[in-house]
Amino acid sequence: MSLMNNLSTSMISSSSSTFLAPTSFNSRTQSVSVPLKNINIVKCVATPQEQQNAYKTKVSRNANIAKLQAGYLFPEVARRRAAHLLKYPNAQVISLGIGDTTEPIPDVITSAMSKRSHALSTLEGYSGYGAEQGEKALRAALASTFYRNLGIEDDDIFVSDGAKCDISRLQVVFGSSVTMAVQDPSYPAYVDSSVIMGQTGQFQKDVEKYGNIEYMRCTPENGFFPDLSKVARTDIIFFCSPNNPTGAAATREQLTRLVKFAKDNGSIIVYDSAYAMYMSDDNPRSIFEIPGAKEVAIETSSFSKYAGFTGVRLGWTVVPKQLLFSDGFPVAKDFNRIICTCFNGASNIAQAGGLACLSPEGLEAMQEVIGFYKENTKIIVETFNSLGFKVYGGKNAPYVWVHFPGRNSWDVFSEILEKTHIVTTPGSGFGPGGEGFIRVSAFGHRENVLEACRRFEQLYN
Amino acid sequence: MYYSQFLSRVCMPHAVLLQPKESWNSSKSNDEIIVGHCTKVPRNSNLEKLRSGYLFPEISRHESEHLQKNPDASLIRLGIGDTTQPIPDTITLAMAEQVRGLSTIQGYRGYGAEQGNMALRKAIAGKFYQDMGIKANEIFVSDGAQCDISRLQMLLGSNVTVAVQDPSFPAYIDSSVVVGQAGELEEETGKYGNIIYMNCGPENDFFPDLSTIPRTDIIFLCSPNNPTGHAASWQQLKQLVEFAEANGSIIVHDSAYAAYIRDGSPRSIFAIPGAKEVAIEISSFSKFAGFTGVRLGWTVVPEELLYSNGFPVIKDFNRIVCTCFNGASNIAQAGGLACLSTDGYHDLCKVIDYYMENAKILVDGFTSLGWKVYGGKNAPYIWVHFPGMSSWNVFAEILKKTNIVTVPGRGFGPAGEEYIRVSAFGQRQNILEAIRRLNSFL
Repeated sequence: MSLMNNLSTSMISSSSSTFLAPTSFNSRTQSVSVPLKNINIVKCVATPQEQQNAYKTKVSRNANIAKLQAGYLFPEVARRRAAHLLKYPNAQVISLGIGDTTEPIPDVITSAMSKRSHALSTLEGYSGYGAEQGEKALRAALASTFYRNLGIEDDDIFVSDGAKCDISRLQVVFGSSVTMAVQDPSYPAYVDSSVIMGQTGQFQKDVEKYGNIEYMRCTPENGFFPDLSKVARTDIIFFCSPNNPTGAAATREQLTRLVKFAKDNGSIIVYDSAYAMYMSDDNPRSIFEIPGAKEVAIETSSFSKYAGFTGVRLGWTVVPKQLLFSDGFPVAKDFNRIICTCFNGASNIAQAGGLACLSPEGLEAMQEVIGFYKENTKIIVETFNSLGFKVYGGKNAPYVWVHFPGRNSWDVFSEILEKTHIVTTPGSGFGPGGEGFIRVSAFGHRENVLEACRRFEQLYN
Repeated sequence: MYYSQFLSRVCMPHAVLLQPKESWNSSKSNDEIIVGHCTKVPRNSNLEKLRSGYLFPEISRHESEHLQKNPDASLIRLGIGDTTQPIPDTITLAMAEQVRGLSTIQGYRGYGAEQGNMALRKAIAGKFYQDMGIKANEIFVSDGAQCDISRLQMLLGSNVTVAVQDPSFPAYIDSSVVVGQAGELEEETGKYGNIIYMNCGPENDFFPDLSTIPRTDIIFLCSPNNPTGHAASWQQLKQLVEFAEANGSIIVHDSAYAAYIRDGSPRSIFAIPGAKEVAIEISSFSKFAGFTGVRLGWTVVPEELLYSNGFPVIKDFNRIVCTCFNGASNIAQAGGLACLSTDGYHDLCKVIDYYMENAKILVDGFTSLGWKVYGGKNAPYIWVHFPGMSSWNVFAEILKKTNIVTVPGRGFGPAGEEYIRVSAFGQRQNILEAIRRLNSFL
């Protein structure tokens, strides 16, 4: 039985961990259920002897959670970063790992949130419980901003505290008896939430896959779009475009094929469009641009990477009325029931911010910040290109997917961290299809990104 | 809160014509026909077991319908337990400051720890769990108790057995059904087959007679209680902890109303020795700080709490929090910290006093009309007995005749039948007006 090692220590202090400016205070703690090897930051809660005699309840551990192999990916990356800082307390660590936004939120947005905060101290402005589905004005603004002329109505939109939470709520709606397909590599929350819900079998170490999940390989060879002729039918298909981690953006033609595939198979696509505003190419920004998608797809998105709301917490999910279970029951009714039972609405202050984001001024301000991160991405892409690496992504997403053929991605991650004090994310954390790749995220102050590129040049020249 | 009326359109011209099933909840969908492509994805059978919408949106729906029929009605809402008094300045100032900081380089914060800001976790530990041996790292900050209840259910999984008080806050049962623990609904009793209902009534001082309760893995207990208002005594909680110890069960103790306790009853399960090995505690800033819309709460999972195989529950809960959640809003957390400052806490106690004065008026009002009234002393809820009457009928009568919204006791469980829950949140003048109207009606 593993010891309660890292839960008792709070390791990261913001002042020592950033370079040039106290940027995003990455206070992600290190509480992961991973057997620690050489990290000497442990503080034991109890000695092995005491633990043997410790009182145990008679409640069985949830076998589904036991299937998870390690901590969630990003706390694991944070843990390694923290351990590195302990080893090199004076290192100027640059974080291009966790996709955490760094630039301040534009004033037009924060002033709306400030106003809402103050209003809560007045009789006229005080509001208690809001609609679990979100404030009407915000739902309307989301519909008209992102789904104009696509036949998506205000009440098809459910405001949330973020896409990650919505993914789990969707899993609760679907239940344990559905089968699911994911891209490989993909954002780890799809697979992990599936395991927790009991949809999967055991982890198979030889192939690094969970039983019962259909992994749709996405590689440079297939343009990071799965060969659907090789994909078995599943109930649910998770698809993220622009993609985290590969940065690939599916074309209209590809998405049309995906919608047809879902239609023919009677499947439901869960389309993650959290990075749609980073799209440079003329690709669809919403799955609902594809005719027929309303009958086969749910779309989830977020203000996190658009408005720097990673800490403020605001997102949304679209469940069209036309989306029906096999018995004809509308999926939106069950999603609504889950929202009303397992959730209590996004913070009213965050929602006020969201509404300001969607004002003309707010949209312009968001485009500016997105443009800034896209410029970062360009710099990183150029650096790796010039060093002779095969580089993917970076055009339609704030992620650069760098190929290190034949190498173990955690090893590359460690090497980069050790030699340049730069945190990246190992590709295998996103699935076996990510092995041999490193994800470099483009969030960061410009000086840090430039300095990071200088260090990459030093390392790889 | 609104219930979406979204089944009002016919979809694409495919050849599938469906009659909505009777079992599709009690809202207005029975006369709507869906035409369109059906996926081949089976509906989650657990959700089919829920017979109606969640209780509080249902109350909202009745409210809206009443208003539609009586547009000039001056409604007094003593139904959904929604706070009404403004949040004290100290707290909103702190939130506004956090917000302004987000527009600066020094003050910008991205992702926070999923478990919450350490300063807030420490403040919660210091304020509520002083001398109980609960540490900051055992505290997980969330966006509210309702969300935490469901995350706990995801943690525990579908194979555990559950006991709830009857009556109780509906989220325990509903989330249990959703996760697949509850078994089938027995129409005659209105109870789910796999859930143990622990009757709480005047005859047992609103605390379960544990000698009659079979073992379950999990025991949900809310104290001070929603809806009955009963605050468990030290002795009662000690009994519960011993019961859990003897049975190897885990108590999920909901202390969302602890700040309303006036009679010295324990404010935390962890006041009881031995509780750390058998209990999880959930709580919230909603009713404590008027944060019903701001969204902030917390859950305590002691390190000592172990599964049967010795694995610490806290590790799995942490994994759930890291995977299914991304932290409470940093703005709400800044507010939370201000709530726990000396000034903030002092100001909040005044608001709570205000609501409890409302409660007293309601208790006195109903009592003087000859009704048996419970609660209202340690919680912002009055539990009024209408012997021999159907609570939904009483609810409807009160709404129709006096334009006052309450909550029918049956919504909290079969043992809630014959009772009405009246919540004490509201402007003082509305509370007084409500009593006036009830005087003429009852």
